This record gives sequence, structure tokens and C-alpha cells, in this order.
Amino acid sequence: MHQVSNIVVVLLALGAVWLWRRVAQDRFWRENTLALWRRRRLAVLTVGVYVAIALLDSIAWIDPASEANALTSGKPRTIIDRIFQPETFREASYSAPLARVSFYGGQPLAHPGKHLLGTDLLGRDVVYRTLKGVRVALLIGGLTSLVVIPIALLFGVSAGYWGGRIDDGVFFAMTVLASVPSLLLLIALIMVLGKGTVQVCVALGVTGWVHFCRIARGETLKLREADFVAAARALGVSDGAIIRRHILPNLAHLVIITFALTFTALVLSETILSYLGIGLDGSWGQMIDQARNELSRTPIVWWNLAGASVALFALVLAVNLIADALRDIVDPRTHREEL
Amino acid sequence: MSAAALLAVEGLSISFPGAAAGERMRVVDRVSLSIAPGETLALVGESGCGKSMSALAVMRLVPKPGRIEAGSRIAFEGRDLLSLPVPEMRALRGARIGMIFQEPMTSLNPVVTAGEQVREAIELHAPLSRGDARKRVLELFAQVGIPDPATRFDAYPHQLSGGLKQRVMIAMAMAMRPRLLIADEPTTALDATIRAQILELLRNLSASTGTAVLLITHDFGVVNEVADRVAVMYAGGIVETGTRHELLSRPRHPYTQGLLRSIPRPEARGGRLAEIAGAVPRPGHWPPGCRFHPRCPHAFQPCPVEEPQPTGVSETQAASCHLVAREVGS
Repeated sequence: MHQVSNIVVVLLALGAVWLWRRVAQDRFWRENTLALWRRRRLAVLTVGVYVAIALLDSIAWIDPASEANALTSGKPRTIIDRIFQPETFREASYSAPLARVSFYGGQPLAHPGKHLLGTDLLGRDVVYRTLKGVRVALLIGGLTSLVVIPIALLFGVSAGYWGGRIDDGVFFAMTVLASVPSLLLLIALIMVLGKGTVQVCVALGVTGWVHFCRIARGETLKLREADFVAAARALGVSDGAIIRRHILPNLAHLVIITFALTFTALVLSETILSYLGIGLDGSWGQMIDQARNELSRTPIVWWNLAGASVALFALVLAVNLIADALRDIVDPRTHREEL
Repeated sequence: MSAAALLAVEGLSISFPGAAAGERMRVVDRVSLSIAPGETLALVGESGCGKSMSALAVMRLVPKPGRIEAGSRIAFEGRDLLSLPVPEMRALRGARIGMIFQEPMTSLNPVVTAGEQVREAIELHAPLSRGDARKRVLELFAQVGIPDPATRFDAYPHQLSGGLKQRVMIAMAMAMRPRLLIADEPTTALDATIRAQILELLRNLSASTGTAVLLITHDFGVVNEVADRVAVMYAGGIVETGTRHELLSRPRHPYTQGLLRSIPRPEARGGRLAEIAGAVPRPGHWPPGCRFHPRCPHAFQPCPVEEPQPTGVSETQAASCHLVAREVGS
């Protein structure tokens, strides 16, 4: 399993290089990327830090037998794991942030004053758990968007472009999906598919494409009648090429904005799934769910909830701010300069 | 109709579904016209008379649910366009027949640079390398009078003025040196000074490349500047054809006469503008007989019942009017 995630990291790095070169080549994308950077420097940096943490948490390898001890032998450990050494960097149970004694009982800690955000019920470091949640959150958002956007584009654009029976079919599917309570459908799907990262992402994707599909269909309906599409037909361009060169590029800004917005919605909805006990292992949702049990105690155990919530809030806020800026920037029609 | 015609349209009818189920309503009814190689034919008429539909029919781009009726014939370079397989028709569009549209503001894809769009048009029909295609685009830009072609190549449509956009559209339509250029109201959306420049460009291009032009317009000023021959359309049919000089100086059909009288003239300033009484009948509500008779000041007996046939007035001029037929006959 850890080989797959290593390969994905390599592919992502290659993709980033390719994207960087494309952006540097094309004036339109270069200027817009710069504009985004100027407008939302902090948000972009925040997302960058999250991505970096997720990548560090995705590169894993198994220690050779000679170096491994009983706790780590045979297990792939990521760079984050290696930094925190969670096997030994832990306590017996709760401890407050930077405390020297345990929360209940007052026994001296194994690592006094070292747990920046304290430890949880099982004595795990909260900073470590929060950082581990980053990868899960980005996986949910990213992987699910990879399911949602192609499905929505395929159905939305073909329904809008060809209309008729295809449109009827797609619209029927959308109406049916929209009329089933999505949470129930999600639970049912996860029961069928089983628990696991990919399964949960597919389930979220299958239930989540309707909204963007509707947008893509509406926009295609409008673009289909656009004069430049008529002009392309008059030049002898085929339907496939019209969709590829004239419809899809005009949907690009919607895709980017939808990606950003779906991303945050998905990260948030995972919290609800965790609350229902079908979330992903190690997610912020699970941390918040566990913290829920501690809120009624006095003195209150707040750091568990705080770690997950602040991390979640910062990511969602940063992505939303970027999405908002992108909406203004990406659409070339909002630019007003004459050559 | 001469055998050497580049484009010969005969009995073209286009219909749309009517209000009742199964009913078809004609918007173009048995239109015939022909264009010789290198000639500029202006198709004149009011909005909704079917002139744009006729032009789209030549490209076989009549929007659904519209339909070209059986019995129509469109021959281009001797080939029957209506029976051509779709891929061949597509190969013809853009390569042998170019088209430019009324709205330059919206006829270019807003997210693709101007040069890239023209290059696509070239690469669609000619096996050129990207570099060669780019060179050809720059040539074309220079040819259609776009200053500083290299900068404009990388400009997005919103960075260009209306006149420049229309020049880009013309470059795109002329990219493959088509034999026929269909220009659907190419200057309507432009202001007066730009209009004159664009018309001059069209005239020069047509003269230098030998491209025939089917110019659709409602503006006799445009007709006067570029047309060799003129066809006047009313309510889906052609009522009069002739050379520019004949039609502008000796119009025979009462509708053409009415149109010409209703052009504002500087010397008639302050006076009341002449008009044609009544309104254009809607498609599907065309009166029987001559479709113009309810508005015609000269209508007499056969007009409301019998449809007039084209009557030759000279070698080149013909009008579909009972009055003209009687005058010529007597």
C-alpha cells in the first residue's frame, strides 16, 4: 500500500512540474497565477503548507530489519511518523498542553512539557494526530473531486450539447439522485462498497456530482448557441472538436471554482460521516468525534477538539478564499484592458 | 441561370414546425438565386424575411428544428450540396465556403487568443506545421489590415475592438481562400467609419482573390458600395433581382421602390420619411397571391389570388410582380 502512495507522490510532483511549465508558457495562466498570488498570499501559503505536510506524510518506507525495533519492524513509516516517533512519544492517557503531569491523577509524564497540544485518551500526541489528519482531508477532497468533476462534465456537457434523449436521461438521473436524502444514500453506498479511503471517496463522488452537472449542463446550453460555436461550425469543425476546443475551455473557470468549493464541502462532510461512525481512520472528523465525549467533563478537555477544528477551519477558509479570488481572476471576460 | 454559376440555388424552401402538431411553417419559399465566380451578390430584405436562413442553408447549418424541404436544390461548383455526405460537407465549410457573422463581439471564443483561433481554422483544412500555420496567420492578419499582427496574434478577443474582431473573423473566413464568402450583415454591429473600412476590405479581398461574396444586408448604403448584383427578398421569397445599377436607379417591384424611398436623405431633412404602409407578415401568415399585395399601393385584381412569376425586364433584371408583367406584356 505504501508503494502506491509513494508512486502517487512522484506523479503529483511530475504533474506539478508539468503544470508549472504550462503556466509559465501561457501568458493568460501566468498572469492569473500571479494575480492569485498577489491577492491571496496567506491563503496560498496555508494551502501550500497543508500540501507539503500531506506529501511528507505520503512518502513511506519500511526500515531494514537491522535498524528496526520491535515496535516499528515491518511497518511502513512516513516522514511525519519518523519525526514524531509516535511509538515512544506518548503518554498513558490525557495530558494538557505542555503539562508536566497527567490530567487525571497527576502522575509525572514520560515527556514533560513536550506535548504542544497535549495528548488524547490513548495518550497520543494531538499535534501529531492533527498533522496526520491533513493527508486524509486532502485525500477526501482531491480524490472525490477526481470522481465528481469528470462525471459531471461528461453528463452535463453531453446533455447540454446534444439535448434530446441524452438530456432527458441525464436529467432523470439527476432528479432521482437529488430526491434521495444524500446522507442515507451515502451510508447505503458505504455499506455496499465497504469502509476505506477509496470507497468513501467514490461514495461521496457518486452522490456529489449532481450540483456541478447541473451547472455544466446550463453553461453548455448557453455556449452551444454562442456565435463563436456557430462560427466554428461554419468553419467545418466537428462536434467533438467544438466540445474540446470551444465548450470545455469556456467551462475551465467553472471547473476550477467548483473544484475549490466541492473540496471544502467534502472535507466538511467527512466530519459528519465520522460522527456517524463511517468516516476515515485518522481524520479530523474522528478527532472531533472523540473530543465530543470529553466536552462534558470538568475541567474540560478542549485541546483535542481545538487541534482538529483549527486545522479544519484554516484549510477550509484558505481554500474558500482562493476559490473566491479565482472566480474573479480566471474568467477573462472580467478583465477590462484594450490592446 | 448560367451553367458557369459558382453557386446555384433553385427552389429552396425551409420550414419550421408550426403551432399545430405536425404542421410545417415555411420561412423561406422557393428561393432561387445564382452567383458567378468572383461576383458579389447582395441579398437585401427586412428582418425575418428569410435571408439569413437562406445563407445558412447554403452551409447546411439551418438550426434545428428547421428543415430544408424536399425539392430544394443547392449546387456549388457543380456539386449538389444537399446530398453531400456530412464529412464532405464539413470539409467544404471553411475551405471552399467561408462565412462571417453579424456580431464580431461574440463570434470569437473569449478564452482562446485571436491568432490561435485563426490557426485552428487553417490547421483544420491544411496539413501545415504549427510554425507555418502561424506564419500564414500573420500574413492573413496583415492582409486584412490588422496593424502589428504579431502582438494581435496573442491578444484575447476582449482586448480587441469591434472592427479588429471583425477583421479577425474575415481573416478566419478567408484563411483557406474560399471560392465563396457568405457575409451575414458583416457591418451592422460596427459604427459608420469602421463600416466603410470593412466594406472596402471585403471589396479588395474579393477582387484580389477572385472570391465570390454573398452579402446579406438590410442596408442599401452597403449595397451601393460593394454589390455587383442585388436580390431583394420579401416574406420568404425573392421579389426582384438585377444589377446594382438597375435596382438602385430603376427598381420595378413596388416593394423595392418602397424600400428605396424610405432611405433617409440629407436633402429631405425635416420632412416626413416615406414608409411602406402595414407590417411584414409573419411566417405562416403570408397572404395568398402576391405576398406584398396588402401593402402594395398598386394592387389590382390578380394580385390577391394569383402568385406572380418572375418577369424579365432586361437581360439581368427580373421582378415577380403582376404590374410589371402587364407593363412588359403590353
